[in-house]
Amino acid sequence: MNRTVNQKAWFLVLPVLVLVAFSAVIPLMTVVNYSVQDSFGNNQFFWAGLEWFEEILTSERVHNALGRQIVFSAIILAIEVPLGILVALSMPKRGFWASLSLVLIALPLLIPWNVVGTIWQIFGRVDIGLLGWTLRNLGVDYNYTQNALDAWITVIVMDVWHWTSLVALLAYAGLQSIPEAYYQAAKIDQASRWSVFRYIELPKMQGVLLIAILLRFMDSFMIYTEPFVVTGGGPGNATTFLSIDLVKMALGQFDLGPAAAFSLMYFLVILLISWVFYTVMVNLDRRGER
Amino acid sequence: MDLSWMAWTWPTAAFFGSIAAVLVGFTILAIRYPETPRVGVLGIETTRGDRLFITLLGSAFINLGWLGLTDLPQWQALILCALYAAAVFRWV
Repeated sequence: MNRTVNQKAWFLVLPVLVLVAFSAVIPLMTVVNYSVQDSFGNNQFFWAGLEWFEEILTSERVHNALGRQIVFSAIILAIEVPLGILVALSMPKRGFWASLSLVLIALPLLIPWNVVGTIWQIFGRVDIGLLGWTLRNLGVDYNYTQNALDAWITVIVMDVWHWTSLVALLAYAGLQSIPEAYYQAAKIDQASRWSVFRYIELPKMQGVLLIAILLRFMDSFMIYTEPFVVTGGGPGNATTFLSIDLVKMALGQFDLGPAAAFSLMYFLVILLISWVFYTVMVNLDRRGER
Repeated sequence: MDLSWMAWTWPTAAFFGSIAAVLVGFTILAIRYPETPRVGVLGIETTRGDRLFITLLGSAFINLGWLGLTDLPQWQALILCALYAAAVFRWV
């Protein structure tokens, strides 16, 4: 392979490096320093070694939060991905209605996280919220502030409402890239609707769907604002996901050491997923080029 | 410059120092001996830097696993990490 080697362009990245150093690397180093020490405030620290890591690794509280987090991510993926594909399949392909549905579908994505949380927090209230009030008057015993199952349903429905659009838009983009000839060939072969989906549309959407799944998984794995605004992690600890638990530990209890160890492990998991994400995407691109 | 707010300790400073040294070393290696990426057992193209990243990330998980699952001294995990690193650089 004859590639010209010229690495001078790397110098152009220096300003970004400086920025990242101040916004990420130095804080991260500080977190590492905190994670091996104990503090009672006043900027006084005492060496603790690997104690906090051990504590977090064996902490039932963290295990429970992790379990809830995985269940949450699994549920929203199981709903959002098929639903997103279904929405994309039923969208018009061209013309005025296609543009209109694209805009409508993209709307939830434009709303800031905390606003989404506030909308659903009010929407679900049994005294003034449309959803909560209606359910209550229909005789459904719904109260997301007291019933754990109701809280879960609310948070999941909220996430589905907020993010299915993303999957739908990506799947739609994948569908749009399929040439008409494929469908014509399928028609000549008298393929059923299911076969068209299974052997033409699904393989062609594979790349974008993978991106959608990884994006949604990572986002839901780090979710904080929406459930925090709606339920505050409650009732009890029912909807306390990893990041909510982390903030409780770091800022609520001011347990800097354990919280630092916790966030480092959380960071490692996210880093691993991001790497897989990046590698898969790069390799898909390469396969596309061939 | 007062860095006391960062709560530095000698072990963490040494840790970051060695990471920085490894990064600098690999940069020099990359400049001195440019290489072409290769495809290993994972089926993905990797360069030396990619393999270093996989080694470091994997070592972090090995250390955490060692801490959480065994009662053996932590330095022994480094032996496993070294074996892992050798395997990554050889086959990935």
